[in-house]
Amino acid sequence: MPKSSALNLGTGAFVLLGFAALAFLTTQTTSRGLHLASQPHYDVTAKFDNIGDLKVGAPVSMAGVEVGRVARIDLDLKEYKAVVLMRINEKYNQIPVDSDASIYTQGLLGGKFVGITAGGSDTFLKDRGQIDFTQSALVLENLIGQMLANVTKGSSAGADQNKTDGAGAPEKPK
Amino acid sequence: MNLAEALGKLGAMTWFLLRMIALTPRALPRFGLIVQQIFNTGALSIVIIMLSGLFVGMVLGLQGFQLLQRFGSAETLGVAAAIGLVKELGPVVTALLFAGRAGAALASELGLMSATDQFSAMEMMAVDPVQRVVVPRFLGGVISMPLLAAIFSVIGIYGAQLVGVQIMRVDSGSFWSQMRAGVEFRDLVEGIVKSGIFGVACSLIAVYEGYYAAPTAEGVGRATTRTVVTSAVIVLFLDYLLTSAFL
Repeated sequence: MPKSSALNLGTGAFVLLGFAALAFLTTQTTSRGLHLASQPHYDVTAKFDNIGDLKVGAPVSMAGVEVGRVARIDLDLKEYKAVVLMRINEKYNQIPVDSDASIYTQGLLGGKFVGITAGGSDTFLKDRGQIDFTQSALVLENLIGQMLANVTKGSSAGADQNKTDGAGAPEKPK
Repeated sequence: MNLAEALGKLGAMTWFLLRMIALTPRALPRFGLIVQQIFNTGALSIVIIMLSGLFVGMVLGLQGFQLLQRFGSAETLGVAAAIGLVKELGPVVTALLFAGRAGAALASELGLMSATDQFSAMEMMAVDPVQRVVVPRFLGGVISMPLLAAIFSVIGIYGAQLVGVQIMRVDSGSFWSQMRAGVEFRDLVEGIVKSGIFGVACSLIAVYEGYYAAPTAEGVGRATTRTVVTSAVIVLFLDYLLTSAFL
């Protein structure tokens, strides 16, 4: 039956194309989710005073190379600190125990990520290990607040100086 | 249509859906019938899906570029276009096109079959018309929709790439790498679940309207119109519900 075989051919081509499109979407448009779960990994926690807007799934990088992802974020109700569980690729299993973890911002206003700077120890972090040295996220609002405080302090100091100098004419701001 | 009528219709459709699901195991052995319907609803819709996907992607590339350039972040065009296509435009526009092309064809075919007493003839021969005729068409639509939506999204991403990278000169490397970093697996799941549910909704509306069409020329015309209108409204309504469910 030539009609039926043409029909089967068309249907087969359509289904193949559809699944090829699905495969393209899952492999080419995203790098998250699928392959991290399948790769061997180990978990490391770190406690931060403030994680800013760090999100689950944010990258963990060393020297700019992505070594893992943030898997879970919790609040420790004893110390009131954020506990960040990081899932590190098994390939990178030689991170010294005295390494420190900091939270950085991608770009000017981009998302947050965890950067690990290697320490000098010969023993390495193991599964369920903890990074003790941490540095919190720079929260932009706090920074601006500090800067404003410095500026007002600086300008009032400048005004005092002007007074003591006796030079009345205020300088034009550049 | 008053409220009682609308509720009654919703209930009747739900029963019809349950009836089709109950009959599915018995319809599955006649796999050839389902293949034929996948051909009718899916393979024959490929051209319109691909063309629409290309143009939607190109428009998205153009508009996205104009907007993102104002904030100096034209490189994020890849993420913007991919997420927009995979989560929203792919499933929704595919479902609307599906309702217009395959849904209308299904409803008028079934309506004409009922107008020419073909279902009664089948019943006389102890063949259940729902199992023999309606369920394969429903299953064909349900299977075709996610595949069509995936094809739409892929072609759309290439359309956005065509405009963004080839014409507007966004860097090709950052277009793709930003997309890979920004699109999460969850987004793809959302798109696939959406198109699956739209497939069930559109196919159900089309076969229901066709099967219960008034057996006149006017009745078939009305069933076709109602199929397209109801499908479009239901798809957009469900899209809102599903989007808020996935947030």
